[in-house]
Amino acid sequence: MEITTKKNITAEAIVVIELFLTFAKIGLFTFGGGYAMISLIQDICVEKKKWISHDEMMDITVIAESTPGPIAINCATYVGYKKCGMAGAVSATVGVILPSFVIIYLISLFLDSFLEIAWIASAFKGIKIAVGILILDAALKMIVKMPKKPFQLFVLITVFLIMMAVNLFSIKISSISLMIAAGLCSLVVFCVRNKINGEERSL
Amino acid sequence: MIYIDLFLGFLKVGLFSFGGAYAAIPLIRDVVLHYGWLDDEKLAYMIAVSESTPGPIMVNMATYVGSMTAGIPGALIATFSVVLPAFVIIVLIMILLKGLLKNPYVQAVLRGLKPCIMGIILAMGISMILQSTVIKVTVLAPDLRAVVICSVLAVVYFGSRKIVKSGISPILLICIAAVIGIVVY
Repeated sequence: MEITTKKNITAEAIVVIELFLTFAKIGLFTFGGGYAMISLIQDICVEKKKWISHDEMMDITVIAESTPGPIAINCATYVGYKKCGMAGAVSATVGVILPSFVIIYLISLFLDSFLEIAWIASAFKGIKIAVGILILDAALKMIVKMPKKPFQLFVLITVFLIMMAVNLFSIKISSISLMIAAGLCSLVVFCVRNKINGEERSL
Repeated sequence: MIYIDLFLGFLKVGLFSFGGAYAAIPLIRDVVLHYGWLDDEKLAYMIAVSESTPGPIMVNMATYVGSMTAGIPGALIATFSVVLPAFVIIVLIMILLKGLLKNPYVQAVLRGLKPCIMGIILAMGISMILQSTVIKVTVLAPDLRAVVICSVLAVVYFGSRKIVKSGISPILLICIAAVIGIVVY
């Protein structure tokens, strides 16, 4: 009896370590954020290691998109918890963060003195514009996929106009307050519609 | 106290960043400008660095801001707090609330949040481009060289999709932009 528990504990420890190493590798090799990571996680966790099924991978993607936080963290926590409970969740999450933490920490030590070099500063002037284009592109990609119902379009355009004014004229409205307002509006619209539909049915 | 500010600031970012890294960028901007940790210029550099290094962009930004403002403890606290909400929420969903996301009321809130986030990101991208090309601190001041760089980059980035399906990667675009920047300025 004692031997089997010991064996189980070692087996579990091995899985925890494997989760850590696997997600450290995923963290180290995904450039460009969450969506790039999803395809790598699918390749490793579904195809190669068979830790989770295709259906579960779809679930994870949906959950990751509808919960806050970095998508990579959502995925790592989910897979880790699934495989090995709390210990697995922690080791996968720490694993996926660790490489970028170390790299960025090292960069942060040098970036300021780096930017004082003239040609690097002019390189960054170009880069700044590229970043703007990347953000614009990310927004456009999401908007293309969005269902274009009147309410959604209304929220999108209103928020866009408010935020343009906020950004360009340095007005102080936080984007979080806009998000809370949009969420509440949508909830109210839903409840009102429900009520109207309910009344129609009862008539 | 700086540690508490970092913790609360990035906790807010982690808690409200629905939809991944680009949704987090405007939130991070709010927080770092509010506390005066970075200015718009530095923030843009940092986004470029986060894009060109591996790992989740949000984690990269948190580590960087934390490290710049309060060294290693700051980096640890900011990274920990930006990750914490996602971690807790996923674990809770797996333990207790399997059906939570299918609940019609939760769905209704999410339906309002998503277009709102897209509006925020769209405004952020467009105003970043405007600020580096034609507007300097609410005054119209066109920088012709920047306008040219911007058009070239846009043509290269969006045009490459017509030739190859996936287009060029963000990292490649950043490299091209760096080269053009060095040549032009």
